[in-house]
Amino acid sequence: MQTVYERINQNKTSSVILIVLFFIIISALGYLFGVYFRFPIFGLAFAFIISTAMALFSFYDGDSVALSLSGAKAATKKQYPEFYNTVEGLSIAAGLQMPKLYVIEENSINAFATGRDPKHASLAVTTGALKKLKRVELEGVVGHEMSHIKNYDIRMMMLVMVLVGVIAMLSDMMLRTFMYGRGDRDRDKGGGILIIVGLALAILAPIIAQLIKFAISRKREFLADADGALLTRYPAGLASALTKIKNDDDKIVDAANKATAHLFIENPLRAHEGWLNSLFDTHPPIDARIKALKAM
Amino acid sequence: MNPLYWIIIVPVAVIILWFVVTYNRLISLRTRIDNAWSQIDVQLKRRYDLIPNLIETVKGYAKHEKSVFEEVTKARTAWSKAKDMKTMAKADNMLSGALKSLFAVAENYPTLKANENFMQLQEELKSTEDKIAYSRQFYNDNVMNFNQSIMSVPTNIIANWFKFTVREYFKTESAEEKKPVKVKF
Repeated sequence: MQTVYERINQNKTSSVILIVLFFIIISALGYLFGVYFRFPIFGLAFAFIISTAMALFSFYDGDSVALSLSGAKAATKKQYPEFYNTVEGLSIAAGLQMPKLYVIEENSINAFATGRDPKHASLAVTTGALKKLKRVELEGVVGHEMSHIKNYDIRMMMLVMVLVGVIAMLSDMMLRTFMYGRGDRDRDKGGGILIIVGLALAILAPIIAQLIKFAISRKREFLADADGALLTRYPAGLASALTKIKNDDDKIVDAANKATAHLFIENPLRAHEGWLNSLFDTHPPIDARIKALKAM
Repeated sequence: MNPLYWIIIVPVAVIILWFVVTYNRLISLRTRIDNAWSQIDVQLKRRYDLIPNLIETVKGYAKHEKSVFEEVTKARTAWSKAKDMKTMAKADNMLSGALKSLFAVAENYPTLKANENFMQLQEELKSTEDKIAYSRQFYNDNVMNFNQSIMSVPTNIIANWFKFTVREYFKTESAEEKKPVKVKF
């Protein structure tokens, strides 16, 4: 069993690897793009500037992107005393600074945490969660999110959100250029091969990026469930919250999209059905999570 | 330099390094315990400050429930007088019990239960109780970490040398309080 400290280190290392990988992919895309326009150096420089700017931006400002994409509004103690007190209590139990609190106007039950480290963390829940969950259930959900914060999962997941988004956007742009761009491909043969490689890379990059996203976030949910239960000392609370989410009529968070889905405590996009869907899910099946919690 | 020197220098350097690292780790673990203790203190004080307000509010609706008020006040005074951890833990338990019976009494007064001020105080006190429990949990986690460290080999050598001693847990209940509660009618 990994300790919390090992997991924190692992997350920090993965974050660095992710940024390096991001640099390599963007630089490769930029270089090939440059070759296509016969300015390879220019392409590389351009890619370098873009990737540096995006990496810095996602590290320091990724949380506000996630929050504004999901329509989260700052919550005060006066408006939501129960929510505030629950989070404050669990921050004490985890030995962490209290995160900034946000509320999403939504009928569905969901929550997410984001930020670059525990000192710059934000926690958002839907108003549906505050309305429909009992206190012990809300504690379970908040405990789960607090362990994402404590483990530095939030940093990794925030970087994934912005960087994967950027790669998807750029490769989409390149594909369009290659397909509808200049037609005189047989000008020189080297260029032709490079274009094929570039095309393959442009198609593969977002798929690889997606796969990274799925692989990292599914295992994380189980771990956060377990650590959250360790914080609240009451796994049944989260289990019953997850059961409520499962049986709730409102499952879809309108403000969530593919870029932010992996941040939430439960997949905000659609129900888990079918083999192909489950292969590309950002979250493990909810029944498996409930079962694991009940076995604790 | 003679390579034989290295056979002596390297192990000595490694041992010294291990010494420094381990000593520093123990110090930081111990500081964490003190830090966690101050967290409990903050929450206990918060509850202490909330009680007079609560009693005033309840008195407005349930004047004749004197015994409950006295019980709460007594526990509150006992807590403020407590010096060491054991008496403090005991007073803390007493206070929690007294508050529980106060809220149980409040159940009998529908107008009190609907009072905005009372509801706010109830939420505050309830969450403060939770926070006390959580800070105690955090404190005990840290004590466990520390105790485990100073008792395990080879760290115990350093612990003995520098007189790091086992810390006490903040226990929730004493043995007698674990007995089932007698219900009187």
